[in-house]
Order: sequence, then C-alpha cells, then structure tokens
Amino acid sequence: MLDYLPLILAGTLAAATPLIFAGLGELVAERSGVINLGVEGMMLIGAIAGFAAAAETGHGVAIGLPAGALAGAAAAAVFGFFALSLAANQAACGLALTIFGIGLSAFIGQHYVSYSLPGLQPIAIPLLSDIPLLGPALFKQDWVVYLSLVAFALVAWTLAKTRLGLLLKAVGEAPDAAHAIGYPVIAIRYGAVIFGGAMAGIAGAYLSTVYTPLWVQNMSAGRGWIAVALVVFATWKPTRLMLGAYLFGFVTILQFHAQGLGIEVPVQLLAALPYLATIVVLVLISRDRKLLQLNLPASLGKPFLP
Amino acid sequence: MHLLEPRAQPSQLMRWTAPLIAIAATLLVGSVLFEALGKSPLASFHVFFIEPLTTDYGWSELLIKACPLILIAQGLAIGFKARIYNIGAEGQLIVGALCGGGIGIAYGETGGAWVLPAMVVAGAIGGALWGAIPALLKTRFNAEETLTTLMLTYVATHLLSYLMHGPWRDPEGMNFPQSVMFGDAALFGLLAEGLRINSSLWIVIFAVLAFWLFNARSFLAYRLEVGGQAPAAARYAGFPARQTVWFSLVVSGMTAGLAGVGEVAGPVGQLNLNISPGYGFAAIIVAYLGRLHPLGIVLAGSLMALIYLGGEAAQLSLQMPAAITGIFQGMLLFFLLGADAFIDNRLRRRAR
Repeated sequence: MLDYLPLILAGTLAAATPLIFAGLGELVAERSGVINLGVEGMMLIGAIAGFAAAAETGHGVAIGLPAGALAGAAAAAVFGFFALSLAANQAACGLALTIFGIGLSAFIGQHYVSYSLPGLQPIAIPLLSDIPLLGPALFKQDWVVYLSLVAFALVAWTLAKTRLGLLLKAVGEAPDAAHAIGYPVIAIRYGAVIFGGAMAGIAGAYLSTVYTPLWVQNMSAGRGWIAVALVVFATWKPTRLMLGAYLFGFVTILQFHAQGLGIEVPVQLLAALPYLATIVVLVLISRDRKLLQLNLPASLGKPFLP
Repeated sequence: MHLLEPRAQPSQLMRWTAPLIAIAATLLVGSVLFEALGKSPLASFHVFFIEPLTTDYGWSELLIKACPLILIAQGLAIGFKARIYNIGAEGQLIVGALCGGGIGIAYGETGGAWVLPAMVVAGAIGGALWGAIPALLKTRFNAEETLTTLMLTYVATHLLSYLMHGPWRDPEGMNFPQSVMFGDAALFGLLAEGLRINSSLWIVIFAVLAFWLFNARSFLAYRLEVGGQAPAAARYAGFPARQTVWFSLVVSGMTAGLAGVGEVAGPVGQLNLNISPGYGFAAIIVAYLGRLHPLGIVLAGSLMALIYLGGEAAQLSLQMPAAITGIFQGMLLFFLLGADAFIDNRLRRRAR
C-alpha cells in the first residue's frame, strides 16, 4: 500500500485538476443564479479547440489552454443568449449545449484522431519536493495543477472579499432588488456564465493536451456532469469544492491501481465507481434539506426578465 | 440585453408555430455551415432530407429509427409535464436491452414462442427499475433526478461494457465485445421482404394510442400536469408529489427499456457496445419538439429519425462525419427553446 501512495496521490491531484477548473467555473455561474448544465459540452469544445490549437501551432499547452478557454467562453455566450437574453429554460438550454458540444467536438475532432501531443514535464518545487513519500507526489506536478490552486485562491478571494463577489451574490440571491438599485443583472450573469465557460474550456483543454494527451471522441466522459454535482456537494462554497474534487480524483485514480492493491474487480465495473460515488455524495448532501436551502442561491435556475 | 417583455396572454399561435420556426432556423444555420464547409447547401439538404426517402428501404429505415425515439419520448413527456426531468433514458434503454437481451442469449436458439414476449416484459421491467432508482433517491433523499439519472446512464454503459468484455461475450466472436447473434425466437419478425422494419412497430403504435388515451381521458394525467404547472395548487388539492415522481420516472424508464429490447431484438440482433446512437438523449428533444403531445411526438420523432438517416447519408455521399447529426440536434433544441421564449413574451418595444 505504502509503495503505491505517492503514485496514487500524484494521480489524484492530476485527475482532480479538470474537475477543479470546471467546478469553480460552474460555481461562479450558479452563484449568479444561472444553472448551466452544458459543462460537459463546453469541456469537449474546449478540449478539441485546445488540442487543435496545440497541434496546429506546435506550441503545445501554452497555446492550448487559452484556446480552450476562448472556445469554452464562446460556447457559454451562445448559452447566455438563449438562457439570459431570451430567458429560456436554463436546464434545457444546458442540455442543448451539451448535445451540441458532443457533436461539434466529434465533428472537428475527426481530423485529429491520430495525432498525439508531447504533454507536459512536471516541475519540482525546490525543498518541498524532497520530502519523503509526499514530496514527489504533491510538489512535482505539471504547471497546470499549480494553476488550478491559483484559480481556487482567486475565486475564493473574489467571492468572499471583493465588491464583485458581493455583486454576484446580490444578483444570485435577489435579482429584482439588484435590478431596482440599478445593477445590470443580465450583464453580470453573462459575465459569470462566460467565466464558467472559459473555466470549463480550460478543464477540457487540460484533458486533451496534458492529461491524456490525445483527442478521443467524448473524452470528458461525464466529468462535466460530475463537476455540476460537485457544486451541489460543495453547497456553493469553493473550499468544499476543492475537497470534493480531490475525493473524486482519488476515486478516479483508484481504478488504475486496484489490481496492484489486490482488489479483484473487473476494470469496467471499477470504471463505474466515480459515477456511483457522485450519486452517493449527492444523496448524502441532498438529504439535509435545510443545509441545501440555506446555501442555495435563491434565484438559481429562474430566468430574469426586468 | 433585455430583448423580451412579458405578454399579457401566452400566445397559442407561438406554441404551435415554435417548432416550425426552430426547424427553419436550424436549416438556415445548417446551410451556412454547409456553405462554410464548401458544400452546396441545396445539394447537401437533398442528400440529408430527400434522398433517404426516395426508396422503400429508406422509409423502412426511417420507421426503424423513429420507433425508439417516439416510444422513449412518450414516456419522457409524462415526466416533463410534471417537471420531472429524466435525462437518463439512454441508461434505462441500455438496462432494458440487457434484461431482454440476457434472455435472448440464453434461449434465442432453443426456446419457443414465449422467448420474445418474455424479453419484452423483462426489458420493460429492467428499464422501469433503472428509472425507479432515481425516483427512490428523489423521494427519499431529495437528490436531483437530472444528475442521478445521468450518472446512472454512465453506470449502465459500464455494466454493458463489463458484460460484453466478460461473461456475455460471444466465445467465438474473436474477442469482439459483443454477444452471440440472437436466434429467431429472440427476434421480432420482419414485416416485409428485403426491409428491416419488424413487428415491434405494433408495440409502438399501441403505445402511442395508449399514451394518447391516457393524456386525453385520465384524471392522473391531469393531476400530473397541475403538479407541474402549479405545484402549490396541486398540494392544496391533495395531489401527492411523491406519486408524481415515481410514476414519471418508472413510466419513462419502462418505455426506454422497451425501446432497448426493440433495438437488440430488432435491427441490432445481438448485444454490443453500440445498441443506441444516443436515442435516449435525442428523445428529450423529440418530446419538446412534439409539444409533449402524443401525436406531436410522432411527427417530431419522424423528423429526428430523418436527421439520423440524413447524418448517415451525409457520411456516405458527402464524406462528412456522422457527428453532424449531433450538431443539428443541439441547434434544433436551442432554436426551439429560443422560439418557445416567445410564447409567454414578446420583443421589447423601445420606451417612448
């Protein structure tokens, strides 16, 4: 068990990274009162855009991540037009975005099926990475993993300490009041939704340019949906979201090491674990109705027409 | 950025013309897409929507694809009316196919006339049970059915993959992840020489009539609709919300499970990893496009089937990835939702 620990820990951090980006993005959107079920689609669009940009320019991840972010943001803007400007049913618009994203990414991805990218070298943090066992696992990662921590810090700080965070909260909790005192509710929601799209795009681009690094049709494999579930599990709090993401990273990684750990379950059944874990976690958090109601952004999912 | 303002009265005209507007908008954007890809839009649409319908074989294929879509959407519409969003019909389809298919593998060669009916019943029960899990989680633990139904779809996919790679794999199938081909006892009879359309068509016709009657005549349907449109009124009238959840998810699971059996005992003829090209998801669009009305769903399902057929034709004669089907599906749902916004609202007039 101890031999596997560093490997499992290191893998957990990498597997959690896309969930962190996508989850933080969705958390911000939901805080503004918009539920976007299109995360899976935005991730796939980001994944193929990032992969294509990296492959075509030869600049790898450095161009792949921004390209993924842009593509995800553009997809989110389309969602915004229907769900915000036209005030259409948010859940159904998200579903449309996911169906569209799966199709579009597969369509573009056709040209990139046989490509592969070099991926990223891990960066060891001096001193910390020398700690026995834990050091190499936690402090010898690629730079995107570190970037996910920066993203967490920025989002958590913005939500808790800044005027922008307050604005988001006002728009999510009481859009009518926010509108009455002159805040542009729809514009702020657009901003939050587009930020969510960019983050989902980064998550997808990480999968296709670093984590795998290949283009495979439907490669996000439900991670976008797990990210949506994580936001509920986190009761819309960034810190708890990180916790959830690492938990899921761990469950995802476990299947690859199960045989070494002496667990004799067929791989296909182990691969179902993250989805079963999502259900368990949702049940555990949802059964506490009071906790959910206290934290749920009051206008979540309700369209706003001034 | 505020494009709309509420209408005094919902527009009945928009309610029924919205699907047509959505289809027109999809075709319009689609032709821009074809143009951008360097294909003539008119010629492409001919390949997509006209050519598949020029032969008897094409019409039979249209029916084959429309059947599962219509069947699943009938079940989903019941839930959507009550605002229970089962988006995991794909998983319920797979489990239905597994339950029915298991019988097909075991008794398809040796069994008698009882095999096919047993498969149909097992498939319906399997799908219903897979739908009952989120119902239990919702009524007992308050867990969102959107996320649980979807997660269970991934679980079902992996279960199928396990059975196809392991215990149910065809021992003489050169290690391909698929079961044996079913024997005749486990297959729906063909309705015409040389075509693939089979007797499962009767099940779908029967289901459409049953759902139509249910909608038009039953008090339960009325209760479901009130529960969706005015939850407070439904509570006041004593319509139990739990019952709605159970009924919606079990019925939609059952129709999806039936569709699964229709596939494996029909055109597919075995269990494999490609039982359904996303029928469970496309049926969501079909339900909305058909205005959640049993007969509207028949029209919408036929159109969606044509989009699938067109995607296949485009792959063959325009060398386009079949994924273009998904692009069209997504656009269609987007435009439908956009057009639906004009039922209750109208374009904002500038303040004087």
